Amino acid sequence: MLNKALNSRLTWLVGLLAFAGTAMADYGLNMTEGVTPFSAEVYELHMIILWICVVIGIGVFGAMFYSMYAHRKSRGVEPAQFSHSTLAEVLWTVVPIAILVVMAIPATRVLIFMEQTTDAEMTVKITGYQWKWKYEYMEDGVEFISSLHPDSNAARQVGSDIDPATVENYLLDVDKPLVLPTNTKVRFLITSDDVIHAWWVPALGWKRDAIPGFINEAWTEINEPGTYRGQCAELCGKDHGFMPIVVVAKSPEEYAAWVAEQQGDAVAETEAAQREWSFDELMDRGSDVYAAQCAACHKPDGTGLPPAFPSLASSAVATGPVDAHIDLVVNGRPGTAMQAFGNLLSDVDVAAALTYTRNAFGNETGDAVQPKQIADAKRG
Amino acid sequence: MSVTATELDHHDDHDHKPSGFLDRWLFSTNHKDIGTLYLVFSLVMFLIGGSMAMIIRAELFQPGLQLVQPDFFNQMTTMHALVMIFGAVMPAFVGLANWMIPMMIGAPDMALPRMNNWSFWLLPFAFAMLLSTLFMDSGAPAAGWTLYPPLSLQGGNSFAFVIFAIHLMGISSIMGAINIIATILNMRAPGMNLLKMPLFVWTWLITAFLLIAVMPVLAGAVTMLLTDKFFATSFFNAAGGGDPVMFQHIFWFFGHPEVYIMILPAFGIVSEIIPTFARKPLFGYVSMVYATASIAFLSFIVWAHHMFTVGMPLGGELYFMYATMLIAVPTGVKVFNWVSTMWRGAMTFETPMLWALAFVILFTIGGFSGLMLAIVPADFQYHDTYFVVAHFHYVLVTGAIFAIIAGVYYWLPKWTGNMYNETWAKIHFWWSVISVNVLFFPQHFLGLAGMPRRIPDYSVQFTEFNQWSSIGGFAFGLAQVFFAIILIHACYYSKKKAAAQSWEGAKGLEWTIPSPAPHHTFSTPPKINKDQLAAGHLD
Amino acid sequence: MQQRSNKRTLATLVLVAFGMFGFGFAMVPLYDVFCEITGLNGKTGGRVAATEFNSEVDENRLITVQFDTAVDSGLPWDFEAEKLSMKVRPGELAEAYFTAKNQLSEPVVGHAVPSVAPSVASLYFAKTECFCFTQQTLAGNEEKEMPVRFMVSPDLPENVKVLTLSYRFYRSAGAEVAGAEDKSKDISEVSSDGTG
Repeated sequence: MLNKALNSRLTWLVGLLAFAGTAMADYGLNMTEGVTPFSAEVYELHMIILWICVVIGIGVFGAMFYSMYAHRKSRGVEPAQFSHSTLAEVLWTVVPIAILVVMAIPATRVLIFMEQTTDAEMTVKITGYQWKWKYEYMEDGVEFISSLHPDSNAARQVGSDIDPATVENYLLDVDKPLVLPTNTKVRFLITSDDVIHAWWVPALGWKRDAIPGFINEAWTEINEPGTYRGQCAELCGKDHGFMPIVVVAKSPEEYAAWVAEQQGDAVAETEAAQREWSFDELMDRGSDVYAAQCAACHKPDGTGLPPAFPSLASSAVATGPVDAHIDLVVNGRPGTAMQAFGNLLSDVDVAAALTYTRNAFGNETGDAVQPKQIADAKRG
Repeated sequence: MSVTATELDHHDDHDHKPSGFLDRWLFSTNHKDIGTLYLVFSLVMFLIGGSMAMIIRAELFQPGLQLVQPDFFNQMTTMHALVMIFGAVMPAFVGLANWMIPMMIGAPDMALPRMNNWSFWLLPFAFAMLLSTLFMDSGAPAAGWTLYPPLSLQGGNSFAFVIFAIHLMGISSIMGAINIIATILNMRAPGMNLLKMPLFVWTWLITAFLLIAVMPVLAGAVTMLLTDKFFATSFFNAAGGGDPVMFQHIFWFFGHPEVYIMILPAFGIVSEIIPTFARKPLFGYVSMVYATASIAFLSFIVWAHHMFTVGMPLGGELYFMYATMLIAVPTGVKVFNWVSTMWRGAMTFETPMLWALAFVILFTIGGFSGLMLAIVPADFQYHDTYFVVAHFHYVLVTGAIFAIIAGVYYWLPKWTGNMYNETWAKIHFWWSVISVNVLFFPQHFLGLAGMPRRIPDYSVQFTEFNQWSSIGGFAFGLAQVFFAIILIHACYYSKKKAAAQSWEGAKGLEWTIPSPAPHHTFSTPPKINKDQLAAGHLD
Repeated sequence: MQQRSNKRTLATLVLVAFGMFGFGFAMVPLYDVFCEITGLNGKTGGRVAATEFNSEVDENRLITVQFDTAVDSGLPWDFEAEKLSMKVRPGELAEAYFTAKNQLSEPVVGHAVPSVAPSVASLYFAKTECFCFTQQTLAGNEEKEMPVRFMVSPDLPENVKVLTLSYRFYRSAGAEVAGAEDKSKDISEVSSDGTG
């Protein structure tokens, strides 16, 4: 009878805890369970350790609070004078060791699981740049740059007067997401071009540093189609907070279609680089390229942040000789934050960005820089 | 301070204090005056570093950038850490050591008084140099206090000032540590065996050895950064055959013991305070000493747990995980011993005791999150998020800083001869302890929900907890301004005089001398009956 | 008496401090040794003489070696592997080709830094010949084919089936472009740690 009552009470308690658990997940209080076999394991591990800590905490703090209540001078107690107890001291050395062993076993198992990068069906190379990511699908020959979405970028400027709440997925959206097939083991090679970054999507269950000169490995296998968002997790300079990661998981069929489309686009892009572009076409495309690649430093309105990031509005370079401007953008300026974009962007994109900067922000050179000029400049 | 000096001169003709202001403070070789200098310096740095934290929390109050540019934000996070670690916490502990260690072991002064003067006076210059970078063209360091290359090498020439400032701080700390070791090893009163010393002295002895072992390694690491930046070496430059990850290994070989440098003396302070207010001897004195030594030893072999995500081989990750988990054992022993000291005591809850109790609870919470961080697969999620920020602020603010504040309230009557205002101090305690939890507890949730650390702006879903955290931050900051007011009041205006034994249960040697402690104490060593002495306390 | 022992403590501890400062620097070579033993950072070792390769070829295993190429943004070169990957038997000497092309019309000196993933595989990966052992000078618009001869040791752990050999070309800072002698400059002698 009593047992039954206790039982139902226990069930109720467990139910309440479970409810608290889901509620916590809903409000973004707890770690995500994620969408990969590894992330689910990590979540379980996290919860196990959390509960062990909670139980130990209740024990220790309970004893402490009881003592603070019961052993007060104001209650007229005489202080005991004992100062050691070998049994107790041995006990609370040995018991914690046992608890640690209990924790270490599942942790070791999950870690070994994480390190198994073999038998991957495809490889994606991730390169961190200040402050964007480059993805290369090694088998399919697809590669592109992924940077902060222009809407977020415009809103995050100091004094932009744009309410971040009105921007969809503020700071967690990119211009071009990494697309991956579901139920496929994907191996990542992670490296960096400049400083150390860290590639982190919580739903995948791990983060890994991108280190210049070295390649790191990791893997994932996403079970559910969807969009998963993350961020760079290692301080990498001024715009560390503004280089998000978006992974879109698609079924293998949809993924294959996407790859074919990308490969087609790449061919079209090569052809596009051969032809003559009109001024309006270049300006149109240039404003997009500028927003994605240049605006982070030089600001959407071209005013920059002197002295580190010069203003482009009526600047000597942007309104000066075209060749010097092309050279600066293609080869960068060593020792400054100005990167060499020649190998980073397509010739069309560089030409468009140049045309745009030479004719926006009150610059009125009227120049239309052609993709061919970029190709020539690269040849030197 | 000079006011007290002249006042005291009237009261006590045997004091032999130097009379001029410069003579007394600039050329001081007296351990008490130098201790005061350290503590005042530390308070100033605490308020400066705190104002930087206020800027950080103000910018993070809502999404979007309202107040500062991202680069300046990074300068603030970097400088906040450097100022708090090297300017506030460490000098505060050295200040307490200077004041208390000679009085606790019955020595007339520190072993090397003139070097003592020099170790202090390096600090103002070091920090003037560090803070001056804020006004330079290339700005203050913005790569985080860990100074990871290649990012830290991207800054301008002001970097050289940062490196030299760190060198000066290092030299100051090393000299301070040498002095403390020499004092403890050579200057103890007859009868004060090593295993009869107060625990504060013990923890400082071990801390001092840690300092001597690792501060030079930091100096080496930053020197390599200096030559990489200005003299074309390639220690950390992959293009030149170096390895940027090697810096992290060297840095954390210093960095992890450094973490314990900032917490072991706190253990010592709390181990002095709890027995006093429980009116019961410290439980497990010897195991406390061994636990401290084990923690110090373990600190040298766990460094890579700060960098699990760099991609180590499986064996390395497992080793560092197991070794890190082991630290929980001696730390647990300490917490159990404190609770047992309270058990069946006769407790009263004056302000120092309140801070010490808050320390035990909140530091333990920081310890729990530390244990969670040790679990490598979970660390792949926690690493570099606000979960880590919450963790180390629980161990450093509610750990180290709370213990320092506890120590200041505990020994202030001995230093000044005045009691602080108990009501105000209790308000300060409750105000701080509530606001500090509003400040840091939500950061656990932020980290678990996916907010990386060191970002100036965040996605809107993190807004609410950040606002809680900022409000808590402003409240905690204001509470510490109140603390400064309480201290000034206690030093200059308090009418309530302290007795030699300021607390009923206080039994160390320091409580056998008058309050305020005369300028020179124990000029002849005290006579101690060995049998009466346990844990540095007289029966 | 006390003064003397204070001085002695001071002297000893100052020595310890200097010793630890030296230890900070000693960690640089120690780290490299440690990495060589454990494969910690995925750096591959330098040149290995061909005579060391008399080990048995393991006919039962086939390892996929993947080639990854990258050019630092400061170097105006194209750099590609001829094949994306190849399958080799452990113990077998294999050869792979890479092509580098200078986009500029003037000569440029670069050097390649290798890295292997998984990092533990770097212990079992040996090169007898590699363009990464020396600096490479490309004349204006020159295109050059460069070989790597390598072997995967039969001792490679069973669970490694794919390994990636990654090269990243950097512009050689301060290198004199003019002389052809530069080509023979051995990086493994120049750099502090003998990796190449």
